[in-house]
Amino acid sequence: MIYSEKVMEHFANPRNIGELEDANGVGEVGNAKCGDIMKMYLKINNGIIEDVKFKTFGCGAAIATSSIATEMIKGKPLDEALKLTNKAVIEALDGLPPAKIHCSVLAEQAVKSAVADYYKRQGIDPTPFVGKIEEHCDTCCEV
Amino acid sequence: MPNTRIYLDNAATTKISDSVLDAMLPWLKDGYGNPSSIYTLGREAAVALNKARSQVAKALGCDDNEVYFTSCGSESDNWALISTAKMMGAKGKKHIISTVFEHHAILHTLQALEKEGYEVTYLPVYENGIVRVEDVEKAIRDDTALVTIMYANNEIGTIQPIPEIGEICSRKGVIFHTDAVQAVGNVHINVKEQKIDMLSLSGHKIHAQKGVGVLYVNKKYRLAPFINGGAQERGRRAGTENIPAIVGLGVAMTEAVAGIDAKNEKLRKFQDRIINSVMKIDRVHLNGDREKRLAGNLNFSFEGVEGESLLLQLDLQGIAASSGSACTSGSLDPSHVLLAIGLPHEVAHGSLRISMSEYTTEEEIDRLLEVLPVIIERLRGMSPLWEHIIKGETFKIK
Ligand SMILES: Cc1ncc(COP(=O)(O)O)c(C=O)c1O
Repeated sequence: MIYSEKVMEHFANPRNIGELEDANGVGEVGNAKCGDIMKMYLKINNGIIEDVKFKTFGCGAAIATSSIATEMIKGKPLDEALKLTNKAVIEALDGLPPAKIHCSVLAEQAVKSAVADYYKRQGIDPTPFVGKIEEHCDTCCEV
Repeated sequence: MPNTRIYLDNAATTKISDSVLDAMLPWLKDGYGNPSSIYTLGREAAVALNKARSQVAKALGCDDNEVYFTSCGSESDNWALISTAKMMGAKGKKHIISTVFEHHAILHTLQALEKEGYEVTYLPVYENGIVRVEDVEKAIRDDTALVTIMYANNEIGTIQPIPEIGEICSRKGVIFHTDAVQAVGNVHINVKEQKIDMLSLSGHKIHAQKGVGVLYVNKKYRLAPFINGGAQERGRRAGTENIPAIVGLGVAMTEAVAGIDAKNEKLRKFQDRIINSVMKIDRVHLNGDREKRLAGNLNFSFEGVEGESLLLQLDLQGIAASSGSACTSGSLDPSHVLLAIGLPHEVAHGSLRISMSEYTTEEEIDRLLEVLPVIIERLRGMSPLWEHIIKGETFKIK
């Protein structure tokens, strides 16, 4: 299993790492049993993601996918951020080993989960915008 | 080639020692004869082969004709288990006793035998990672064909009570095999005194080449060949011998066994130092018995940290080590060894194995102990799991 240079670069120097004190959308996905948890903090203003930070417990790919996902959504309108796919994350990292594809899915889910939290805080049902989120990857351990 | 500066993964493999390489080189160059050929070039290779066999026999305390060269430790394990099962199965004995935390070369072979109608009892190894002698004794039945228990565990380094198990098996007349791949060169082994009927070892863990191993078989037993063909290895293991690798293994065995005490004395000091220093980190566990473990082995779990990212961080600092996390085991479950000693998945994911050799230096340990706490702090600082742990929100360790 070999990581691309891009993955290693994001792993060694993760972007937007940490917490956002004034976040108005926070999402956490994954679970400890499977070995990865991602938490994403968004500061949304006028429908734009003004700031984003993340924390991740997980492997090199989990850290790299969450790092690049924050880069890809920062400064973007919500509807655009919600279009972020795990495929786009993989491409941006110049590929991921097959066993690590689930990390890119988790990164996509982390963004959606944080946006959903934002909508909920606004008293808006997030489902029409965000769809269904697999907050816990309980099934991923059962291979 | 990458310039890994600090190699602390000697349980995975070791570097070839200078003396082994020197012994091998002539056989890679001019000494290319086939030991089965009658002319001088062949006879010289046969002499070298016999010498290596004697070196191995002397190191194990057995006769030359009880040593079989194989292609690796895994082959030795497969051969011992499958041929013994067949031999004893023919006499109606189809029960095998082993442990839950064997190497996959044993476990997967046992699973294959189960599919063929053999029954396997997997003994527990408890929190300290050591099988209990009384459990072995209790598990032996009239139809028990074989007991196979590893000498030392490859992940947590715990040393099993092999002489005591040998004694019981001998008293009960059950064949006893041990996978000693990790123990050779670290523990004093004498197959006759310790009543071991079969033993597997591998060259690349003791500074010989990869792709060469040994199966010792007590001459009481005539194991059916595993690889059929020519008359090599007294007709039991066909295939033209890998003379350079075997010559190297002979030298490596002699050196490994002669160096045990000096190596252990040195590595125990390093081990104590590492344990004392690492255990100062918050929420860290030493996996496996504190005393009954290989002097070169350390296995820790750091709560809130994932093992693969820990390894990659260490690698960025030029340190090579290993982990039993799911991500590094190539599956989604963490290592079966860590689960066998009762670690929850969450804690098993955060494991780090450090394995030293006689080439490990004090300066290397200094460097490890300098960077490790910083890396742990950094990874915990970005870990949502750590956040949950310190708030007391998540799992409790058993
Ligand atoms: C305990 C144990 N048994 C068997 C093996 C397999 O040895 P080899 O790599 O020579 O097949 C190893 C090495 O990984 C081991 O540690």
